[in-house]
Amino acid sequence: MKFLTAAAIATLAFAQPALARDVTVDVTAIVEHPALDAVRDGVKDALGEAGFKVGENLTFNYESAQGNPGTAAQIARQFIGNGPDIIVPISTPSAQAVVSATRDIPIVFSAVTDPVGAQLVKQLQKPGGNVTGLSDLSPVADHVALIKEILPSVKTIGVLFNPGETNSVTLVELLKKYGAEQGIAVVESAATRSSEVQNAARALAGRVDAIYVPTDNTIVSALESAVTVAIESKLPLFTADTDSVSRGAVAALGFNYYDVGKQTGAIVVRILNGEKPGDIDINVAAGTDLVINPGAAEKVGLTLPKSVVDRATKVIQ
Amino acid sequence: MSQIAFLGAVELGLVFSFVAIGVYLAFRILDFPDLTVDGSFPLGAAVAAVLIIAGWNPWLATAIAMAAGAAAGLVTATLNVKFRILNLLASILTMIALFSVNLRVMGKPNVALINQDTMLTPFFGHGLSEFYVRPLFIGVLVIIAVFLVWRFLASDLGLAMRATGANPRMARAQGVNTSLHIYLGMALSNALVALGGSLFAQTNGFADVTSGVGTIVVGLAAVIIGETLFHSRLILWALVGCVIGSVLYRIAIQLALSSDILGLKASDLNLVTAVLVACALILPRLRRGRAAA
Repeated sequence: MKFLTAAAIATLAFAQPALARDVTVDVTAIVEHPALDAVRDGVKDALGEAGFKVGENLTFNYESAQGNPGTAAQIARQFIGNGPDIIVPISTPSAQAVVSATRDIPIVFSAVTDPVGAQLVKQLQKPGGNVTGLSDLSPVADHVALIKEILPSVKTIGVLFNPGETNSVTLVELLKKYGAEQGIAVVESAATRSSEVQNAARALAGRVDAIYVPTDNTIVSALESAVTVAIESKLPLFTADTDSVSRGAVAALGFNYYDVGKQTGAIVVRILNGEKPGDIDINVAAGTDLVINPGAAEKVGLTLPKSVVDRATKVIQ
Repeated sequence: MSQIAFLGAVELGLVFSFVAIGVYLAFRILDFPDLTVDGSFPLGAAVAAVLIIAGWNPWLATAIAMAAGAAAGLVTATLNVKFRILNLLASILTMIALFSVNLRVMGKPNVALINQDTMLTPFFGHGLSEFYVRPLFIGVLVIIAVFLVWRFLASDLGLAMRATGANPRMARAQGVNTSLHIYLGMALSNALVALGGSLFAQTNGFADVTSGVGTIVVGLAAVIIGETLFHSRLILWALVGCVIGSVLYRIAIQLALSSDILGLKASDLNLVTAVLVACALILPRLRRGRAAA
């Protein structure tokens, strides 16, 4: 502990130009998953662009907890024992495990929806202590607006989510709030594992005008089940995860998780260059992509309005 | 492996040794294959976390978490004893029901405890690093639990419970109320597992509804490793074996995490666990085979 404190102080006090020393960055995520893996790759590439290159002056360790919080706790101890310059936990449980285990090593979390609710920090501005990071709170209000723009007659939105995922529960609450403001009712349908996604989607057929999938690990990993049901029942499927559009969603407005990783990496670089984590404000990741799939829209008897097509960042053919 | 990683593995091993003792009581003493633990572990974490956040004394919160675990065990026992549902199936029913119950208890899937005072808070900041305080504190609780369970199993009541598991017909013929002992044993087993869950939440700063996944495998692995090391018929050694087995299991995982030499990655953990348990099961047979030859 003592030598760690000393090391941390030394790191901060003798911050040197980026290229002058070797650094170690340890990254962990709760589970291997396309979005979370993209964050990891973004962090690594951002470090590379700033002159910290693997094999030259950067040691980059990555461990996944395989979905098990017990393993996440052990990975946290493992990293702290290694004494890296910075730890980057991706996702809420991984971040909680790391934050509760050290008060010395700088931590830059990523892909956490509600950092204050998860008690990673006390406030978003100037968090203090050794923790900062990036939130990936989805722009749910914009999602509701997009659905209304594509489907002006929408009265009811069905949401597919896993009630066991803390980020999804936050997002569903927001969806209900913004939906109510627009006079749109929200019907919840829960799936606690990927094999239940198809049934959960079927439960929405005939009761809703559109299906919405938040950034939910369980639903996104079984998206094809939901897409099949959506096409059968002629319901447009909207997602918050842009990678899902090429898998059959009609449209998505969301983060490119590789960019989220790069923005997280930029914070890591600032700390490596001498800034204190406690002085760096926590922001919601910047930049959202609008990805559309006109073919998928056609399958459910829908034509995407020109206004949406014109501002799409990517069109899946 | 660094010292902190080693102490972390010992700490987690000690936390899970409550699970191992609980699993030992159900599987070995009562001969009741009980999967309730996958639900009662996060239940203990959830109840303790929610009560601590509501301002309750952490010791009292932990005691109530144990009572909640005991109640879960009683539900499984009732389904089995009263309604004659197969023991394994009864425990699976309780386990899946507890997923919903845990979400209700917490009101959301994840409750954070990072800034709350826990059972361990008073012991921090007295000169000893937290990395030592945590395993020491939990170690003391483990010693107390092992002693109490050992004395219980040596008492008249405990002997009757062991008879219930070993030979229920014989036990009934001797006037033992076997149903009562299944209720009692399942309550005790799941109370210990819930204690493990509440300690996990308090040492790691969060209760998460997914933290029960695979609890039964970890508990069984610990029991089997312990039995392989101390193949003794004495209860005390079996209980000590649970604790040592649980710690060794975590050290093995830590090795898998830190061994760049072996080329193992975290994604190989499930395979490592399976190989470890399989070895622990096969080794005694080989030894017996050689002795016979």
